[in-house]
Amino acid sequence: MLTLCGLIVIAPIVMIIGVLIVRGAPAINIEFLTQMPRAGMKEGGIFPAIVGTVLLVTGAVVVAVPLGVTCSIYITEYARDNLFTRLVRLSIVNLAGVPSVVFGLFGLGLFVIFLKFGSSILSGSLTLAFLILPVIITSSEEAIKAVPMAYREAALALGATRLRMVVTVVLPNALSGILTGSILGVSRAAGETAPILFTVAAFFLPRLPHSIFDQVMALPYHLYIISTQVPNVPDEIKYGTALVLFALVFGMNLVAIVIRNRIRKQKRW
Amino acid sequence: MRKLKEIIFEKAIAGMSFFSIAILILILIFLINSSIPLFRTVSLKEFFLSSLWRPISEPPKFGILPLILGSLLVTFGAVIIGVPLGVGCAVYIAEVAGDRAREYFKVLVELIAGIPSVVLGFIGMVIVSSWVRNLFDLPTGLTAFTGAVTLAFMVVPTIATLSEDAINAVPKDYVAASLALGATRWQTIYRVVIPASASGIFAAILLGFGRAIGETMVVMMVCGNAAVIPHGFFEPVRTLTATIASEMGETVRGSNHYYALFAVGLVLFAISFCVNLIADIFLRRRRGGA
Repeated sequence: MLTLCGLIVIAPIVMIIGVLIVRGAPAINIEFLTQMPRAGMKEGGIFPAIVGTVLLVTGAVVVAVPLGVTCSIYITEYARDNLFTRLVRLSIVNLAGVPSVVFGLFGLGLFVIFLKFGSSILSGSLTLAFLILPVIITSSEEAIKAVPMAYREAALALGATRLRMVVTVVLPNALSGILTGSILGVSRAAGETAPILFTVAAFFLPRLPHSIFDQVMALPYHLYIISTQVPNVPDEIKYGTALVLFALVFGMNLVAIVIRNRIRKQKRW
Repeated sequence: MRKLKEIIFEKAIAGMSFFSIAILILILIFLINSSIPLFRTVSLKEFFLSSLWRPISEPPKFGILPLILGSLLVTFGAVIIGVPLGVGCAVYIAEVAGDRAREYFKVLVELIAGIPSVVLGFIGMVIVSSWVRNLFDLPTGLTAFTGAVTLAFMVVPTIATLSEDAINAVPKDYVAASLALGATRWQTIYRVVIPASASGIFAAILLGFGRAIGETMVVMMVCGNAAVIPHGFFEPVRTLTATIASEMGETVRGSNHYYALFAVGLVLFAISFCVNLIADIFLRRRRGGA
């Protein structure tokens, strides 16, 4: 009975993967991945969308990882149980629950209009960075907490200051965990559509960006418009785009989760 | 000198941590600031209770009641489908599955949680909607029901993962005691495990609800986007999130329509804030009780 419940949850994912591969795989070849879209996106490839997504995600990670890791160091190593710490925790929980489209509105208000970055890679990356911040904080926190207390005590007993202990003992031991958390953040940022709708995404822009103030196409947004906004796009291209996006995100998650589980098992200090 | 460096470092990272509070406050400020101009011409009562959302007709109408009802319909549908599946899955993982099966299952659930919503929306459009149309003989397959089914798929991982945590937190003595008294495995799950983890499971369901009501792409692509008060489960509806996402691109900055969309965002923010706050309280109660 309960096994059935499990199967009902698993069956659709198997079906989705099957459908995407069967119908999307024929579309995928070197040309599809490296060429500009042509004829109003009804022909050609998805190269600019792939490049756009890579740029956006890189920008988001460069901002979010240092910020998130420092924040988690503070929470685990320094914070006392006071009002400030509780507020920080509460805001992280709430930040994780803010709807992605609201992040999009915020990005539009703050970066695009108020700071006058315009609809650009910079605005989009920063919006995505805020979105994945809770993901990175939570997973780094887990990684840092997993470092045994004895390590810290040993370092302190040897006369290390707290800062030195964090840098030479805690961080190196938590590094792999922080890394997997960052990969999870990357895949989350790569798959999100709503936050980039008004902050960066270009409908059709068959060239590569020149600066961080340019607009770009992005894979999730591209999939959205060719499946709802542009009539008569061949199914092959839609399924192909969906498969590329799915494989990218799914693959990164799989790698991150497998690495993390391996770490959890190995390190029985 | 060394001491000074330590103190500076501590203050610096405390400052960085303040950032997470600052972002939340900034989001709130921007939403409120951009919503206020709307309420100079539209009353709060009209905004929440009027049944017409016609932002570009003349005169424009900004009543978000149909959008709220649309969101609630789709979200409750998704939660109703998702709760038995998610909780069942959690019980299976925590109490029934063998070690190997448990490992694989947990990875799979996590992977499902990571599927981009736009891909699910696409699948909902091309596959689920045609099933719904044929199965119930409807003029269109893009309905609230289709949205709920597709969305349930996104809610299940949230509910399953968090419920499993709650179930694992039930002391093993309880289960052992129940089995020792002669209860069957099923009786133990039903009478001991689930009641003992009820507050955690409730928090999981709440967070699943929050996830569903904030989801944008699936509902925008699958629910048919008709901004009218829904009369049934098998009609097209428009949600709060889909309204923002589909209309923001076409508004004029500084128009009432633009402000109204920020106000819709504020409503969404308030809903998700309350949901998270209540869920957090229930999670704490669990920890306190265990």
